[in-house]
Amino acid sequence: MTAQHSQQPALLALEDGRTFPGVGFGAHGITTGEIVFNTSMTGYQEILTDPSYHRQIVTMTVPHVGNTGINAEDTESDKIWVAGFVVRALSPIISNWRAQRNLDGYLREQAIIGISEAPTRAIVRHIRERGAMRAALAHGEAARDPDALVEAARSSPDMSGWNLVDDVTCAESYPWTGRSNPDFYGEVAHTDAAPLIVAYDTGIKQNILRMLTDRGLRVLVVPASTSASEVMALAPAGVFLSNGPGDPAATTHMIDNVRGLLGKTPVFGICLGHQILALALGARTEKMRFGHRGGNQPVKNLLTGAVEISAHNHGFAVSADSELHGAEVTHINLNDGTIEGLRHTEMGAFSVQYHPEASPGPHDSLYLFDEFVARVTGAHQTKG
Amino acid sequence: MPKRTDIQTILIIGSGPIVIGQGCEFDYSGVQACKVLRAQGYRVVLVNSNPATIMTDTEFADATYIEPLTPEIVEQIIAAERPDALLPTVGGQTALNLAIALSDNGALARHGVELIGAKVESINLAEDRQLFKNAMIEIGLRCPISEVVGTIDAALDAADRIGYPVLVRPSFTLGGSGGGIAYTPDSLRTIAERGLKLSPVHEVLIEMSVLGWKEYELEVMRDAVGNFVVVCTIENLDPMGVHTGDSITVAPAQTLTDKELQRLRNASKKVIDRIGLATGGANVQFAVNPADGEVYVIEMNPRVSRSSALASKATGFPIAKIAALLAVGYHLDEIPNDITRVTPASFEPSLDYVVVKIPRWDFDKFPGADRTLGPQMKAIGEVMGIGRTFPEALQKAIRSLDIGMVGFGAKTVATNADLLHVPTAQRLFQVASALEAGMSADAIIAATAFDPWFVGQLSDMVQARQQALPDGSTLEALDADRLRMLKRYGYGDAHIARLLDVSEPTLRARRIALGVVPNFYRVDTCAAEFEAFTPYLYSTYDQEDESAPTDRKKVIILGGGPNRIGQGIEFDYCCVHACFALHEMGYETIMVNCNPETVSTDYDTADRLYFEPITAEDVLNIIDKEKPDGVLVQFGGQTPLNIARALADGGAVIWGTSVETIDLAEDRERFHALMTELEIPQPDGATVLTRETALAAADRIGYPVLVRPSYVLGGRDMAIVFDPAMLGAWLDKHAEQLGRPVLVDQFLDDAYEVDVDALCDGDRVTIGGIMEHIEEAGVHSGDSACVLPVYKISAYHVEIIREYTERIGLALGVRGLFNIQFAIKDEVVYVLEVNPRASRTVPFVGKATGVPLARYAAQIAAGRTLAEIGFIEEPRVDGFFVKEAVMPFHKFPGVDVQLGPEMRSTGEVMGHAASFGHAFAKAEIAASTLIPTGPDAGAVFISVNPNDRNAVSKIARDLHQMNFTLVATNGTAEFLRSIGLPVKTLRKVSEGSPNIVEAVRAGEISLIINTPRGGQAHQDGDLIRGTAQLYGVPIITTLSAAAAAVQAIKALGSKPMQVRSLQEHHGLA
Ligand SMILES: Nc1ncnc2c1ncn2[C@@H]1O[C@H](COP(=O)(O)OP(=O)(O)O)[C@@H](O)[C@H]1O
Ligand SMILES: Nc1ncnc2c1ncn2[C@@H]1O[C@H](COP(=O)(O)OP(=O)(O)O)[C@@H](O)[C@H]1O
Ligand SMILES: [Mg+2]
Ligand SMILES: [Mg+2]
Repeated sequence: MTAQHSQQPALLALEDGRTFPGVGFGAHGITTGEIVFNTSMTGYQEILTDPSYHRQIVTMTVPHVGNTGINAEDTESDKIWVAGFVVRALSPIISNWRAQRNLDGYLREQAIIGISEAPTRAIVRHIRERGAMRAALAHGEAARDPDALVEAARSSPDMSGWNLVDDVTCAESYPWTGRSNPDFYGEVAHTDAAPLIVAYDTGIKQNILRMLTDRGLRVLVVPASTSASEVMALAPAGVFLSNGPGDPAATTHMIDNVRGLLGKTPVFGICLGHQILALALGARTEKMRFGHRGGNQPVKNLLTGAVEISAHNHGFAVSADSELHGAEVTHINLNDGTIEGLRHTEMGAFSVQYHPEASPGPHDSLYLFDEFVARVTGAHQTKG
Repeated sequence: MPKRTDIQTILIIGSGPIVIGQGCEFDYSGVQACKVLRAQGYRVVLVNSNPATIMTDTEFADATYIEPLTPEIVEQIIAAERPDALLPTVGGQTALNLAIALSDNGALARHGVELIGAKVESINLAEDRQLFKNAMIEIGLRCPISEVVGTIDAALDAADRIGYPVLVRPSFTLGGSGGGIAYTPDSLRTIAERGLKLSPVHEVLIEMSVLGWKEYELEVMRDAVGNFVVVCTIENLDPMGVHTGDSITVAPAQTLTDKELQRLRNASKKVIDRIGLATGGANVQFAVNPADGEVYVIEMNPRVSRSSALASKATGFPIAKIAALLAVGYHLDEIPNDITRVTPASFEPSLDYVVVKIPRWDFDKFPGADRTLGPQMKAIGEVMGIGRTFPEALQKAIRSLDIGMVGFGAKTVATNADLLHVPTAQRLFQVASALEAGMSADAIIAATAFDPWFVGQLSDMVQARQQALPDGSTLEALDADRLRMLKRYGYGDAHIARLLDVSEPTLRARRIALGVVPNFYRVDTCAAEFEAFTPYLYSTYDQEDESAPTDRKKVIILGGGPNRIGQGIEFDYCCVHACFALHEMGYETIMVNCNPETVSTDYDTADRLYFEPITAEDVLNIIDKEKPDGVLVQFGGQTPLNIARALADGGAVIWGTSVETIDLAEDRERFHALMTELEIPQPDGATVLTRETALAAADRIGYPVLVRPSYVLGGRDMAIVFDPAMLGAWLDKHAEQLGRPVLVDQFLDDAYEVDVDALCDGDRVTIGGIMEHIEEAGVHSGDSACVLPVYKISAYHVEIIREYTERIGLALGVRGLFNIQFAIKDEVVYVLEVNPRASRTVPFVGKATGVPLARYAAQIAAGRTLAEIGFIEEPRVDGFFVKEAVMPFHKFPGVDVQLGPEMRSTGEVMGHAASFGHAFAKAEIAASTLIPTGPDAGAVFISVNPNDRNAVSKIARDLHQMNFTLVATNGTAEFLRSIGLPVKTLRKVSEGSPNIVEAVRAGEISLIINTPRGGQAHQDGDLIRGTAQLYGVPIITTLSAAAAAVQAIKALGSKPMQVRSLQEHHGLA
């Protein structure tokens, strides 16, 4: 008997009344969140454990999921963050030399609900037409009552205006020392000066931290509540602003922190960190129709003209028409022209909307970490 | 950077004849390159020796040369056309090697031609395996250790150092020709000898084996400024040790985590940068250790390839087209993605489905060939199945193969761990039977070294089947849920019907009644993130249909499925023309095919493309969805013809020649009755069901007779038998045929054979071309060289042939193309067979006459008359056009090279010139038959059977007059002396030395004329032919061909070859 057809029913219900059936895996019960999709063909383990997916039900477009099981290395945090997981075909078996356990058990253990045999392409096309929206996912008895499930979706909170940073940030600061596996990232050039970097944790992916330490940086991770003065008291060589969930405009506290740091120390932001930096500079952000989530997005580096195939995971973006107050656009998305990178030379700050740390995704943009190292070690001369 | 304006004329080199390892995928890539470069305003000059290609149609280039692909000829073309640049990356290994030759001999420099798309240094670096490995190690990547050797002894020493088993890989050969795995010094000796012979640089690599590791291939693109994308990752089901061309492959890769996949991506990028691929597409192959993920680089091809064609069809990303644009200066981000329109080509396709490629082999045609699969490719063609899951895609691919296997596990085959251990064409089906028989997944994994994930999927498929249809299930009891589950696992109607012991139509009716019908999804490169504008569709049992059929008047054109011997590119050519013709007439054209190598499955050939198996089930599903005005079954060869009846019964409107006519032409008895009525002679014959009646019939008809099963293409299992003993042997070998009709025919001994292609609209017949075979009847029309116009047949017989052709076309009521083979013996013209469909020779006739027969046929099918089309006169041909067949024997050492009634050629070439001799010479050179240009090339060896002696005398005399030294075996030698010719006698091998085989080895022989007494596998004959084959000495097995060769030698002696473009020839330029 195989994974697919031994299971109880599961149902995905959207706030607009549309429902999609499947068979459940992972935990039983009901969960709600924003329904989104990710087009990466690999990397479900990294996606599951990425805090930026907090309160989101993630649909994978690649049909077979779970093939390589779950291993000890490829996590982005110490738990699963997605609110629910939607796949077309949960793998009946796992096969990979690093695999330790299967996806079903992993979700069950962490009380996360999954649905398999779901019409994922139909779901994606629906989101593409109607935009991301609230959804509810049930596994077991609750899956037999569509109306109640649609109700559950409708009564769940909306992503716009929702500050989720406090849910995901660390309780208190800690030094990070972990490195990446050289089998996969090779030997990277690093500084011996071991400058201190303070990394704001607004849901930080561990691969970002690994990319920083790989390059010889000393990293102290601090909670989002840490004030600018507290940070400056640590005399950091630079500050890093992490990725994270929710509406950037709602993270007023973080925006203030960054205002307090700009110009005092080099700042590098990724994803939510990029949005927060932009807001601190006085720009606006907006919710996108259904965002970018995947590992195949073409981003153009306007300084070099090079195209980077990059990993994305964001539902908000810096408004193209908003006043940037001295910051310049360094990267744009070639699919839809949205802003993907900013830098403010006087303030010594730069940021990207996408994920140079990849994980999952192509490694084309790792050079940004080297650039950060160059800035904090003073070795940096502005290009272009 | 925008496109280059400093170049105006670009020369494109095609890949030549279809051979194993280089199939019609290069017609697909060549056509894309030609189309897009002309659209960009460049003047395109094309050279290719293969007349069956779409790319060599005059509308695809400004100047089209169907000429031999040799440095000398191409330099003549360069001198005439003065191209500014040469694009060598869309014509396979052939084009790359030719480009290198033209650079090495200074031709490119002499004429100021720039190589675009690839640099000479990078080609050499990628193709020389040792240089390549050194480069890889330099950039910190690992490769299996190896040593290059030039002698057998050196090979043995190297193997001792490396340790057995070792891989033997010749440098610069196609599809690994001459490669192999040696487990012992003895096997190493044999393989190394062959490899050294086949390598143009007489080098082989002795390499450490990583048999059983996972094999991956990444299809990548790079532009001039270093932007890099991975278009597709392909995972081989068969692990390392089986050539990717012979492996079942799956995209996207299924068993790698993101970290492991990115490692391969990074490595590919490093490889490309190091090799210095200028711009365009390339593939990089990797071996991955399943135990610890260790990665070895296997090879890199700096050009578009078979797998890039597969990747293009698998993803919707047109690699060759984009490679051509990159070669003229565009950057990836400057090229739009046709399918989404809004996004650029600088991205990596995301697949929300699975594709499975399965190769198709034709071993039955090569008795004595080694059927195990290894590092050297043996497949003739391939199919691709698209499904939402691996099981669905795999089942569709199996159905597409057209080998009578209707699904995974549909037939029980002998199986056990030992059988499973050996890679063969049967292994997938042996796994199915093993699972059905309850063998454990672990045992299967241990035996096959398949990745456990795939075996898990396969056993899941079997379990699902057992769960949905436990023994004793009935159709009545089958409910919608269980049926839907089976369909989601890809099980075909035919398979399920068989399991329930009902007819396929019954099952289909029930399925539709239960509301279990497929939907059609789009291949869109982006997993639905953006809207797709290109209707490139596949069926799946999943929610929501995306096909959005139009209400235009529309026609479905059925393709031919996988290439195989007897049904190859020629039929795809006809399908593509049918699409063009009907599109011009204002119909929406809908292509259905499952062969990823083809032009017909390019998403911009037809208005809509369904990438689906050519089976009644799959086609009827499309018909139900599209509701076409008509369906065309005559263009794709026998495969669509075979389902015509089922489609008609299913309610399809078959256009053109009716299903009844098709049956009439193929039903032996009814056809014979018709010929008698029309007073057209046929060879005496009989249809028999038993051994007794067969022997009796043969006695009545008189030996030799020709025997074969009915309903075959390409002369399957056909044999000329000379006595009751041979007939008995044949019947034993084809015992399974007994009970089914077997045809016994009078064999017309050395008769001329003639092929006719003609059109009929029901009221009028117009002949397209009458071709005379060079070899006599008895050599399959597909293997025989032929010439247009006829050159030895009397006007009187040609008139009779015209007259018979008209009578037959009208009597059959053909509406479209038909093909007749005639044989002329003792002043009598016999009909051998009539094919009521497009034939193998249609493209050749098109090139020779400039008349698009296939287009006209499509127009007739759509209701036009020949008069309306304006084609009412047989076109005249000026000069001579010779078609020569290309045989795959060097891939199957040990197989008898003597030509016979069973077709075995994989491809064809064409030579044209004002004189027959030059045209034939060109055809032979194009087929890389090195006919000697003069006596200094070496002696001519003649050994003919007694009946041929008189006939050989003229040939021998001519050769003598051209100062060739003649050598012969005893009998023949005595005869030649008796007619006053000086001849040196060589012993038979059995008689010791000096013997002929030694002479061949010593390189003293430049041509062999050998006609053994038909049938009896003559010990010596085999040995002689085998050695000649190995040493590349041309060997001619029929006297008619020998006579033609003599004319060719004369011609070459008298005056050099001239080149001429088709446009010029047909006055289009
Ligand atoms: N070192 C090796 N050990 C085992 N199998 C190998 C090795 N190298 C190549 N092969 C097998 O041989 C096939 C052909 O080798 P490849 O280098 O790809 O030559 P080709 O140019 O013919 O594609 C590969 O697809 C792989 O399956
Ligand atoms: N009665 C015959 N006498 C001599 N040769 C024959 C005869 N019938 C067929 N052949 C030879 O066999 C070849 C294949 O036979 P054909 O009927 O054309 O089968 P297929 O359907 O494979 O083309 C022909 O091209 C011809 O050379
Ligand atoms: Mg290869
Ligand atoms: Mg024939």
